[in-house]
Amino acid sequence: MFSFCTDPASLPQLEWFACYLTTGKHMAFYGSFLVVLLLLLVTAPVALAFGFGGAMAARARFAPLRWFGKGYTAVVRGVPDIAFFMFFVIALDQGIEWLRHKIRCPDWEQPIRQGNDFVVCAQAKMPLSNAAQWVHEAYGFTLAVLTFSIVFGAFAANVLFGAMRAVPRAQVETAEAYGMTHRQAFWRITVPQMWIYALPGLSNLWMILIKATPLLFLLGVEDIVYWARELGGAKTSAYSYPHPDWRLWYFLALLVFYLGLTRVSEIVLGRITARLSHGQATLGGQALRKGAG
Amino acid sequence: MRKFIIATTALALSAGLALAQETVRMGTEGAYPPYNFINDNGEVDGFERELGDELCKRAGLTCEWVTNDWDSIIPNLVSGNYDTIIAGMSITPERDEVIDFTQEYLPPEPSAYVALSPDVDLKGGVIAAQTGTIQAAYIAETGATLVEFATPDETIAAVKNGEADAVLADKSYLDPIVAESGGMLVFAGDPVPLGGGVGMGVRESDTELKEKFNQAISSMKADGTLNALIRKWFGEDAATF
Repeated sequence: MFSFCTDPASLPQLEWFACYLTTGKHMAFYGSFLVVLLLLLVTAPVALAFGFGGAMAARARFAPLRWFGKGYTAVVRGVPDIAFFMFFVIALDQGIEWLRHKIRCPDWEQPIRQGNDFVVCAQAKMPLSNAAQWVHEAYGFTLAVLTFSIVFGAFAANVLFGAMRAVPRAQVETAEAYGMTHRQAFWRITVPQMWIYALPGLSNLWMILIKATPLLFLLGVEDIVYWARELGGAKTSAYSYPHPDWRLWYFLALLVFYLGLTRVSEIVLGRITARLSHGQATLGGQALRKGAG
Repeated sequence: MRKFIIATTALALSAGLALAQETVRMGTEGAYPPYNFINDNGEVDGFERELGDELCKRAGLTCEWVTNDWDSIIPNLVSGNYDTIIAGMSITPERDEVIDFTQEYLPPEPSAYVALSPDVDLKGGVIAAQTGTIQAAYIAETGATLVEFATPDETIAAVKNGEADAVLADKSYLDPIVAESGGMLVFAGDPVPLGGGVGMGVRESDTELKEKFNQAISSMKADGTLNALIRKWFGEDAATF
């Protein structure tokens, strides 16, 4: 990074740290913070969409759709996250490769499962083995987003399902009295009003999602926990910057990062709650009315 | 125009196919210096990096390096996330049942105990080792209490902070750590001969790839470059072929 970094062993402390903290490895560490933020930004809306779909399905009058919605929330919420992450990602990855194998290599004769091996033809590999490393990483990241979204979507579905039922029945009855169809009443009355009931549950989920991001590491994405452990470990002179065990400091940095992130989230969520409480028949809405009057 | 598009697509596809068969993804741990580690630029480095690049050159393969946790390094090979394991893995009958090995590129080397003092109880104490290693299997047999860690670095940290009485690992991994500990860490007991040499792991169905690497290793053994590489990374006294 800096011109004086060519011979780290001879540097005084300050310069040594300036060089140490700007190595390629540290840049990857800083980059992984962005990966975590990106994961949160992509996963949250996708999971919310999954949750909305799940909640709508669970309320559906068409029985199989209702079973699907209820089954989705029950199964995913009931399985430990780690087990789901491990199983689902491997199963999904192999499922995709199996499908591609069936389409692209119809005249392949060997079995796909040979003992322990899962063997598909080279063209069916996902991503292709000659793809650049970033393609592999992007694919892993996408799988991670999808898995996170399915897990958190199930919890969001349950929250939204409850929120939809918490909208006072009288509101929907009034809508029906005005001649709105079932669908119109749902989209114009229930959905706009349900968010205030959903928010406490959803904000909880957001916090848990933030704290669950280190699971990325389990999915093979090199996230901040991976780099903190790798950088913090004691280094001998095989490395340019030998140092003793510094994991404590690296994990302390992670702690500060996560606390900062949750603190900012709390402030933002507090503002959203105040905004959504306007004109609602809830305690928060009542307080706003009194304050205004 | 359409013919031209079809022709170029076909060309691109066949080029893709040809490439697809020649790119080999090399899986390693990246946390076991001097065998393999991630250097300060964030790239895989070490004895196995240099060896692997040379083997790929001799076998005419394009190689791409990938790191994976030691814990899941065999399952991820078997499910096709990469094509080889080159991570200081000793050839053992248990592993050989699940995957195949090339011939050894490092002769068998002893493991050693490292502790805070040379007279710790190695038979009845608490001994640290990395999960899924030959050392972990050995400790379980000696009657000592085994504590396992996911990375080799954590096994050393456990000894330093008193969580374990000693650590058992490959001697060549421990040598620089003991030398640079300023007298804090010492070797305890006698070195233990374990394992049957280090080889590259490949899927059992990948016999063609295994043969290519076997030939490349043989050629490096024959012209002495492998021995030179071993001496470079493991010191002049290292066991060679």
